[in-house]
Amino acid sequence: MVCARGMGMYRSILPILTVISVIMAVWVIAVVPMNIHLTADQAQRDGIAVTPDTPIARRNVSGISLVVQNPHLIPLTYVNTRPNLPSPHQVGGELFASIIDQKITSKRSLVYHGWVTLAPTLLGFAIGTGLGIMLAVGIVYSRVMDKSVMPWAIVSQTIPILALAPMIIVVLGAAGIQGVLPKALIAAYLSFFPVVVGMVKGLRSPDHMQLDLLRTYNAGASQGFWKLRLPSSAPYLFASLKIGISASLIGTIVAELPTGAKAGFGARMLVGDQYGQPILSWAALFAAAITAAALVGIIALIERGALRKMGMMSA
Amino acid sequence: MTVIKANDLNLTFETNDGPVHALSGVNLSIDKGDFVSFIGPSGCGKTTFLRCIAGLETPSSGEIFVNGMTPDEARRARAYGYVFQAAGLYPWRTIGGNIRLPLEIMGFSKDEMAERVKRVLDLVDLSGFDKKYPWQLSGGMQQRASIARALAFDADILLMDEPFGALDEIVRDHLNEQLLQLWARTEKTVGFVTHSIPEAVYLSTKIVVMSPRPGRITDVIESPLPEERPLSIRDSAEFIDIANRVRDGLRAGHGDV
Repeated sequence: MVCARGMGMYRSILPILTVISVIMAVWVIAVVPMNIHLTADQAQRDGIAVTPDTPIARRNVSGISLVVQNPHLIPLTYVNTRPNLPSPHQVGGELFASIIDQKITSKRSLVYHGWVTLAPTLLGFAIGTGLGIMLAVGIVYSRVMDKSVMPWAIVSQTIPILALAPMIIVVLGAAGIQGVLPKALIAAYLSFFPVVVGMVKGLRSPDHMQLDLLRTYNAGASQGFWKLRLPSSAPYLFASLKIGISASLIGTIVAELPTGAKAGFGARMLVGDQYGQPILSWAALFAAAITAAALVGIIALIERGALRKMGMMSA
Repeated sequence: MTVIKANDLNLTFETNDGPVHALSGVNLSIDKGDFVSFIGPSGCGKTTFLRCIAGLETPSSGEIFVNGMTPDEARRARAYGYVFQAAGLYPWRTIGGNIRLPLEIMGFSKDEMAERVKRVLDLVDLSGFDKKYPWQLSGGMQQRASIARALAFDADILLMDEPFGALDEIVRDHLNEQLLQLWARTEKTVGFVTHSIPEAVYLSTKIVVMSPRPGRITDVIESPLPEERPLSIRDSAEFIDIANRVRDGLRAGHGDV
């Protein structure tokens, strides 16, 4: 049993490691031609010989051929202060510096910015999940809601959130609502949808036989909901929650981007862009990705525990 | 005493391909304590008739009474327990929890529930399994648990829709034997849908032979077999005689084949 589980872990980790190493290889290789023009300009200023020898002539040469003509510049492409594409060790170094080396209360700490993004993400996720479940119950039990709410829920997701987010922030700001709540609402706007879709399917998943069985007991509608429909929907709910939590994080970051937020992953990415510090942006991007993976992982763990306890997943 | 009575029962389903006569002119009365099997090929209306008794289908015309009430009133009065082809146990409840399901819905007290769960588990020979989950049981044991669930609230009618249809022959024989013992002990009235001739003959006091298009009753056979029925009774001349009569009834209904 233990052995089998160990094998399972090994089997699932190996493909992940393969993909990661391919991505890293592509990244490491791409750094050189992406940064070679910048590097050549800087090298020339530092008195190193470069061919061709004017910036204008170099602009007409592709990155790859510039690399071929100047192989001695390759090591320097990995250490630009403002690279087009930061190298892995630069991003890793920045991540380390801004997570480990800073006090978490510092404005330069990614932990601090992470919390600023995480709070509205979690609040928005809670709001979105609650709203999604309530709408799904309405849709399943009311024909009118089935016909009226579902199309609007779908339409709501076709509007680009990037266009909608600033409007919501501005409107709520004018109404005196600021801080965590506006971001949470945008997060909820993205995360309610997968929950609605999953829960509608989940609440409708009991088959005719199971519904007939309850009729033979003369069970009421609420008994049918609590005893059959709700527990049956658990696997669907968890699948939706995993999509919902990552959508929620994306919603919060998008809400931070166009609105001049001073803190949060979104603000950090924007600052990096505006002040020509791509390494900052990349570090924030990676921190956000790691946060999303952790959140999805936590839900997956809860899912495993819950479904196993409910006998809906083999032990 | 008549428990179930059908007078000139008709049921037509409207489908996209036109009306389907699921039941046509069905007359039948079932006495208290009868074990009645409904046998016939698919589409003969045997399951539909059972569902009419249970109030899960509404006849297009004719009358049907269960304990002197309409089937819907009888359903509300929880007059019967129903066993489906699949056990349909909730995977998130233990066996005990599954048997408690109807009891919770009907509002029994905690002590009463515990006492009843224990009693019906004993009846179906599953004592000690109340804490197990359905996936820990074999298919035959699951179906026994679903019979226990149908017995838990002490309805005096038990309706069974091909309960052993999905099980293999050996398990089926064993469960048939157990079902007869259970029926003898509880004195319930049983309606039992099957398409196995030996199963129908072995179990029943009354065999209702049905045929399709339109679904109707072609023969009703009162079994002369004694109440005490070991499995070996299936080799007796009497048993084979009844089986042949059922087979003839089924063939007559299929006149066009």
